Amino acid sequence: MAAPQPSGSPLRGAPRPGEQFPEVIPWLSSRAPGRVKTLDAPAPPAQEPPAAAPRRRLPIAAQGGPAAGGARAVSATSAPTATGVPPVVAKPPPKAAKPKKKRPGSGIPARKIITNLVWLRRASQLGFFTLFFYFLAHTAFRGTFAAQSGEPVRLPLPVEGFLLADPFVAAMTLLSTHAVYRGLAWSLVIVALTLVFGRVFCGWICPFGTLHHFFAWIFPSRYLKGSSRVDANRTHGWQAAKYYMMWGFLAAALAGSAIGGLLDPICVAVRAIGLGVIPALQYLGIHGNNAVASTNLRPLQMAADGAQDVLAQQIWTANQSYFHQTWFIVFSLIAILFMNRFIPRFWCRALCPLGAFLGVMSRFSLFGMEKDHSKCTDCNLCLVNCQGADSPQGGVKHRQDECHMCLNCESACPEDVIKFRFLPNRRSTVQKPNLQRRTVFASVAAGAVAIPAMRIANWPDKAYSEKVIRPPGAVEEREFLERCIRCAECMKVCPNNALHPAFFEAGLEGLWTPILIPRIGYCEYSCVLCGQVCPTGAIQKITELQKTGKDEKTGKEQKPISMGTAMYDHGRCLPWAMATPCIVCEEFCPTSPKAIWAEEVEVPRRESKYRAKGEPLLMGTIQVQRPHVDPSLCIGCGACEKVCPIVDKPAVYVTNAGETRSKTNVILLENTSYGQS
Amino acid sequence: MAGEKSSRREALQRIGLTGAVLGGAALTAGLLYDRGGYGLSAPAGERQVRDFRVKGDPKLKLAIAKSSQEPEELVRRAVAALGGMGKFISRGDIVAIKPNIGWDRMPVHAANTNPRVVAEVVKLAFDAGAKQVIVTDASCNEPNRCFQKSGIWRATYALGATVILPSAHRFRELRMKGDVLDLWPVYTPLVNADKIINVPVAKHHNLSKYTGAMKNWYGLLGGRRNRLHQNIDVSIADLATFMRPTLTIVDATRVLLRNGPQGGNIDDAKDMHQVIASLDQVASDAYACGLIGEKPENVKYLKLGHERGIGNMNWHEVPQIEV
Repeated sequence: MAAPQPSGSPLRGAPRPGEQFPEVIPWLSSRAPGRVKTLDAPAPPAQEPPAAAPRRRLPIAAQGGPAAGGARAVSATSAPTATGVPPVVAKPPPKAAKPKKKRPGSGIPARKIITNLVWLRRASQLGFFTLFFYFLAHTAFRGTFAAQSGEPVRLPLPVEGFLLADPFVAAMTLLSTHAVYRGLAWSLVIVALTLVFGRVFCGWICPFGTLHHFFAWIFPSRYLKGSSRVDANRTHGWQAAKYYMMWGFLAAALAGSAIGGLLDPICVAVRAIGLGVIPALQYLGIHGNNAVASTNLRPLQMAADGAQDVLAQQIWTANQSYFHQTWFIVFSLIAILFMNRFIPRFWCRALCPLGAFLGVMSRFSLFGMEKDHSKCTDCNLCLVNCQGADSPQGGVKHRQDECHMCLNCESACPEDVIKFRFLPNRRSTVQKPNLQRRTVFASVAAGAVAIPAMRIANWPDKAYSEKVIRPPGAVEEREFLERCIRCAECMKVCPNNALHPAFFEAGLEGLWTPILIPRIGYCEYSCVLCGQVCPTGAIQKITELQKTGKDEKTGKEQKPISMGTAMYDHGRCLPWAMATPCIVCEEFCPTSPKAIWAEEVEVPRRESKYRAKGEPLLMGTIQVQRPHVDPSLCIGCGACEKVCPIVDKPAVYVTNAGETRSKTNVILLENTSYGQS
Repeated sequence: MAGEKSSRREALQRIGLTGAVLGGAALTAGLLYDRGGYGLSAPAGERQVRDFRVKGDPKLKLAIAKSSQEPEELVRRAVAALGGMGKFISRGDIVAIKPNIGWDRMPVHAANTNPRVVAEVVKLAFDAGAKQVIVTDASCNEPNRCFQKSGIWRATYALGATVILPSAHRFRELRMKGDVLDLWPVYTPLVNADKIINVPVAKHHNLSKYTGAMKNWYGLLGGRRNRLHQNIDVSIADLATFMRPTLTIVDATRVLLRNGPQGGNIDDAKDMHQVIASLDQVASDAYACGLIGEKPENVKYLKLGHERGIGNMNWHEVPQIEV
């Protein structure tokens, strides 16, 4: 899209209607248009002195100085150089004292406070990204020698902190549940920051934004240099897309689904990095270690083991993590990151619903930009460095709603055009997003209609997949969809790798919501970490006692939380079908008394070898224990399914039948409080 | 350019280059040619043994301590009765202690070895001059939870033991050449030490009836252990044949009588205040299975161990002492 337009007028940076800027910028007209590098271009060969001279305007500036007529005068002096007039600037200006730092144009240095703030912003971005990654890597239970055996197992860090501070998540769940869930009140901090400073979250804090900032800097190569970058960083109409999507998602939330989490940047970052990037690094690490270990050199092996120990304790987990269908999540991440090659910060400008949400709020912000258009020379340095594509250049109004407050433009401006300050005059800013009212209505309608449309195809009472086994403490499915933002915190924290992002098991609406896949990992009996990290209460903060069926205060026995029920496939079970002892399922069943019980039976068994030639195979008997499930005790944890030696399609498997959270998916007539005492 | 012939020099160069690439490809193919066939069978051979026993002919092989309520005191008395830890551990040894840390249960559930018993063994090993004491097990439930909630991590770390949590890279495939167990991923910290002390807990197990010292070696294996249950007795015997520990200390301070091997209910376990130190895995198991009301003859793997000469299932015949 933002490809250079080679055919158009050579007057790149030419004035728009109503502006009075020099008609010809000489170094652009003298060379092939569109391929010309900007101010930093190296000197052309010596035989072209006229073109060589004006490559930097510094000498002019030094000669004329900031006071000498300003921008127009500078451009005017340089204009004749292209037309063959002996270059004035080729002579070294005799008297001018060389400025310490070479800045083009008038060379007016940026305010000290701004250059400092730009560095502070970089430090803040690095710090918050590091914190985000640290939290994400520690979204995993790692035991400690310091804990008493009776201490409840909880994570020591608020690893879901970034999600709690996410105002878009808070707004969605507020609309869907009409309540602010506990920690989400922290999002007021970001709201307050935005109301004072504008979208500082995007430019200074957001870890996903920082990732895009980085890739927009490292990726572009020849595609986004110079004038093409300037063009790419102008405000484009499609930047409104994120606002329309945000309104659509908020309408969907009002219709009862927090589906906007699919595109919330923090959710995307946790999901893609936690479920994709970290396990992939782990894969490489483990295979590297295996390669070193296969050398059979003891010191090398010891070193590799030590490295693995540290990595397993600090970055990933002791065993390779697998996540159902993550290829889709990772591909999406790569595609989004790759877009930075063509449009810097494409995600932040076009897609991010949180950015849009903050953009809407930033109209009230007290901090902002003032521009002095008359001083602008159209050097476009502000645009080269712009993050939000918010029109920092002279001649147009600044777009407060798109600005990330990165302060790059003021830092780059050599002409004293841009000033960030509190309570700026609003003559040169647009505060509100530039939206079409009809499109907003259409988006809202689309968001509101999408939810019933998806639910007709898949609804908890009817046409519901038996594979949708929700985590322990999950609320009833309708309320679950009101709350679940698909952030994948629960999947990342699960110590047994039991929770996975659903693909289409839970319908289109349930994409990337958590489901238990016992074949890959089972739910640890006394573990409640998924509820601890869930930022929206889709999984409630239950305790070990509640989970295992004891009243929190009295300690009296009550129905434990059940996620489903185990069923036997008698045709595949070793003791049932193949006269072979087994019952590993019974051994692993964690309840007491065990939900799986074994019946001792003597069953016929044919010998597998001939005793003698010509004789038939002998028949005998064998004592086996045949497993049975007691549905009133089964909690659906899936430990039996996980350990069943029939690996491909286990002889015992868990479905969501009888889950305590549901009033309809019930097997037994024994208790009608449905875990909602 | 067209029609111009290459010089002889250039032609030779180009032909030589083509030949070199072809030769390189042929050489690579020749060197890396897969000569293996389908289903190469494992060479039959002698049973492998990792023998950590101290040489010599000890007077006593079984010490049953039951004269105290304190687990530490029971361990001290039992070990002292066999001649003290110094008899088994030399100065500078790396000692690996293998308790049962299989389950996400607290000490009161008696599904894992009592942390006070393990801690006392660590202490005795250090006192005897061990350079490093490793405490580890390949847990059944999630290891972090098992190590933390069993209380063993805290208790032994405080004494300076190296607590190693199992992770994938610590398992290497080894040939055991047992009847059912041959090529299997083995937990390296347990086979790379100088001395091994097996510190199991005696408890009920639904399939094998009783679990203690011999079955504790399941914690040596990685991979999909669930297959072993199809022939649990022979696989236990194979493991006990492979691993010959320096010393076995069976924790019977609190014994799980029902719902084994996990338990989960406090009422399933009963205080018994006994610790059995032994140089004979089979004899110690034969004695301890009596505590849960099982006869040694009914526990098949004890019989197998006896027949293979790993130990003596008639524990009354073993030279012993009660302290």
